[in-house]
Amino acid sequence: MRTLGAYVHVPFCASRCGYCDFNTYTAAELQRDETVITAVTYAQRVVAEIEWTKSQTPQDVRPISTVFFGGGTPTLLAARDLVLILDALRKNYGLDPVAEVTTEANPDSVDLEYLRTLKDGGFTRISFGHQSSAPNVLALLERTHTPGKTWQAIKWAREVGFEHVSVDLIYGSPGETEEDLANTLADVAKADVDHVSAYSLIVEPGTRLAARVARGEVPSPSDDVAATRYAIIDKHLSEMGLSWYEVSNWSRQGAECQHNLAYWRNQDWLGIGPGAHAHTAGMRSWNVKHPAAWAARVDALESPAHESEALTPVDIAHEEIMLRLRLREGLPLGVLSGDGLKEAKQAVLDGLLDSAKFESDLAVLTFTGRLLADGLVARLWA
Amino acid sequence: MAAKAPVPGATDPAIIRNFCIIAHIDHGKSTLADRMLQLTGIVDPRNMRAQYLDRMDIERERGITIKSQAVRLPFAADDGVTYVLNLIDTPGHVDFTYEVSRSLAACEGAVLLVDAAQGIEAQTLANLYLALENNLTIIPVLNKIDLPSAQPEKYAAEIAHIIGCDPSTVLRVSAKTGLGVEELLNEVVKLVPAPVGDENAPARALIFDSVYDTYRGVVTYVRVIDGRFADRERIKMMSTGETHETLEVGVISPDPMPSQAIGVGEVGYFITGVKDVRQSRVGDTVTMANRGATEALGGYRDPVPMVFSGLFPMDGSDFPVLREALDKLKLNDAALVYEPESSVALGFGFRCGFLGLLHLEIVRERLEREFNLELISTAPNVVYRVVMDDDSEHIVTNPSEFPTGKISEVNEPVVRSTILTPHEFVGAIMELCQNRRGTLHGMDYLSEDRVEMRYTLPLAEIVFDFFDQLKSRTRGYASLDYEPTGEQSADLVKVDILLHGDPVDAFSAIVHKDKAYAYGVAMAAKLKELIPRQQFEVPIQAAIGARVIARETIRAMRKDVLAKCYGGDISRKRKLLEKQKEGKKRMKMVGRVEIPQEAFIAALSTDDNGAKPKAK
Repeated sequence: MRTLGAYVHVPFCASRCGYCDFNTYTAAELQRDETVITAVTYAQRVVAEIEWTKSQTPQDVRPISTVFFGGGTPTLLAARDLVLILDALRKNYGLDPVAEVTTEANPDSVDLEYLRTLKDGGFTRISFGHQSSAPNVLALLERTHTPGKTWQAIKWAREVGFEHVSVDLIYGSPGETEEDLANTLADVAKADVDHVSAYSLIVEPGTRLAARVARGEVPSPSDDVAATRYAIIDKHLSEMGLSWYEVSNWSRQGAECQHNLAYWRNQDWLGIGPGAHAHTAGMRSWNVKHPAAWAARVDALESPAHESEALTPVDIAHEEIMLRLRLREGLPLGVLSGDGLKEAKQAVLDGLLDSAKFESDLAVLTFTGRLLADGLVARLWA
Repeated sequence: MAAKAPVPGATDPAIIRNFCIIAHIDHGKSTLADRMLQLTGIVDPRNMRAQYLDRMDIERERGITIKSQAVRLPFAADDGVTYVLNLIDTPGHVDFTYEVSRSLAACEGAVLLVDAAQGIEAQTLANLYLALENNLTIIPVLNKIDLPSAQPEKYAAEIAHIIGCDPSTVLRVSAKTGLGVEELLNEVVKLVPAPVGDENAPARALIFDSVYDTYRGVVTYVRVIDGRFADRERIKMMSTGETHETLEVGVISPDPMPSQAIGVGEVGYFITGVKDVRQSRVGDTVTMANRGATEALGGYRDPVPMVFSGLFPMDGSDFPVLREALDKLKLNDAALVYEPESSVALGFGFRCGFLGLLHLEIVRERLEREFNLELISTAPNVVYRVVMDDDSEHIVTNPSEFPTGKISEVNEPVVRSTILTPHEFVGAIMELCQNRRGTLHGMDYLSEDRVEMRYTLPLAEIVFDFFDQLKSRTRGYASLDYEPTGEQSADLVKVDILLHGDPVDAFSAIVHKDKAYAYGVAMAAKLKELIPRQQFEVPIQAAIGARVIARETIRAMRKDVLAKCYGGDISRKRKLLEKQKEGKKRMKMVGRVEIPQEAFIAALSTDDNGAKPKAK
């Protein structure tokens, strides 16, 4: 039986960052769209969706192992609203006694009291969107927080007793220097975190950043630069005792994000909130994106799902390879076809897969392989 | 109004005039032919269309004539007699010189048509010389005299100088408006000799073209020299000895008109039901199967392909379609030869032989257009004769088949070329020709400012990019004509291109030793630009045998991984990767190196601007 997780999407932000194409909205955008939904009424509807989902698929009901609040900015909701939602999950599905409960947080939008409320409500883990310590990079990303706030928020989180604290970094932004990155990593080394997610900046179509790149105001991030920066990050984090367990994630032993691992291990999860994706009972489904449309469905007791996809055996095999290959624990070679295995052997020769692990029937990416994982996935699909 | 037409098969040779029009592309030959059709009333005004005689779309679009055409025009001349004028329309390109020579052999006269704004061009000059060799009466004509830029005095003087006539005898017409066309036809009647033949001798006719028609089989165009050809007669092709029965004979005016027979001096067609133009070869002599002539008319030659190129379908599964398409085209193209070829890089295709570059281009375009094929063609090359130390000999039509081992001599075809140019470009042309291993044989001023230059050049140099270079160095003013004259031994080597250690057969080239290095460097640099980075480092090497003469490296791709799946959107990522993988199926594999087809096409084009940015 696959473990069950829950992803709760909170589609609100104080302002929209220039690089972001996530399903999130500012108060002004929601007002302009004449949306009745606001952060104030949001939690009740999420609870309603949880109850509706349980009533429709009672066969999927089992204790939840991991909960993840993402966004958007979940901490734009009142702390008690986040707890209210967690309570609804606990009440309807049950929560594993050692369940991991994470929320993403903007360093600007929390204080000691807020964090204490979350901790007392059952949250065990918090992930701060720090992105960079370099003012020029934050300006390019149009992030509002001042870099120093992250470290204060981390101290508070530890003070109220969060077991796990993580920061998110973005690297390879146009204008970022190696020195900027080294400074950011030095800050991280000083902070009491046991987990780091580092993502290379991707210029997503439709974002303000994409428009600026198209106009030639900002250079396009280079893959070669990103590769060099990734190496710097990996080196620094290893020196801090954080080692990679997934292509973009590093942690102390035992501090891996269980919810994140569940994605890559292809486990089940509920997707709650506008645009949230779910994976249950061999199906992938995703909710309608706009908060107003989602709210209307929830209010009418209709399915908020926009579309769903029943996975074929080929889809499932492809996903297993695509997902598990990204993990340090590796992909069991038994999943591969005969041709896929030949490709894997070649990938060992190419230096993309670890030869020792290969001997024990596991495909585990080497350092070079981590940076070329997508192309390798396509080869292993043979 | 149409004049009362004399009956085919019973026409006195004395009232027949057989003539052709010699002209450069765009000098107005087809338009002049159109006017003649109208003037003699054989095309109803309602049915008139531009370039009436050009049958293929490709002929109309490019404004060129590929196949010959003959049309019988009844013309009431100023002397009160109705004559039969046979206009034989000829191909106008250097690739089809032999076809032109056979068309000329079917005539007694030629209209030399020159654009009054541009003067004579090299191909026209070459065809003019051919006509003079065939003892044709030349009627010089300046066309487009209605153009503001026309310089009739200047170009009349130039023509007069070349053919040795009085400038005042050069006619001036506008094919566009019809001005002077009637006068021209009267001149044809007056000046072109009537055909002479023996009506009682065994029948003999010259084949000047044959065309495959889906419904009727091969239609053979002939000029009768002696005797008569009637339908339901057994005829014999003198080159092969094959016999056929005529199912139909007739004349074209301007549509086929069957008749009882065609006689001495007449131009017409016959149909025997054969399905392949190879059974009715241009230049061959036709006679009767019984009591036929014993002596052919002479001048017959088998078509010899001069330029070879590999044609490969972009989509490998189209190979059978390509085979079928070539089989069909071949029915109408006696010069096209091909045999299956398999390339490591390009898969299965055909090695095809052509008369020249235009012929290649036309065949390729027809394959793509008429058979809906997408093709990759390899860089064209000429035929080499390689003699080994042990005196064995190899005919090499494909660089990848260049023999290894002790070579004593490599021979390449050479051509005698004629270049006409405004005199200010003489220096630039000399430089180009020298650079292309040319030998100057002579230079003449045609007029004050126009020069005729005669060079011997290796055909390979012309096939490479000579024409483009000539055009660009002379701002398009120079024109070129050439004809094969034999072969010469030269210091030629094969340069191979290796990707990641594997030779890419499609990029092998036979080049002069002095240029091997430049070729290798240029090709390696070009490929480095065109081939996207792979998951591993890819060396590109140019080598002569085992000796590497140039090297470039495509650095390994360093990053190809998405940071995360946004909001657990696994489906999107899977579909993205699946799409990328699908895209890779269209890539060509050389060893383990994936090469996008666009890169192949760009690398094979000689055009430097063909290089496209790398695929991401």
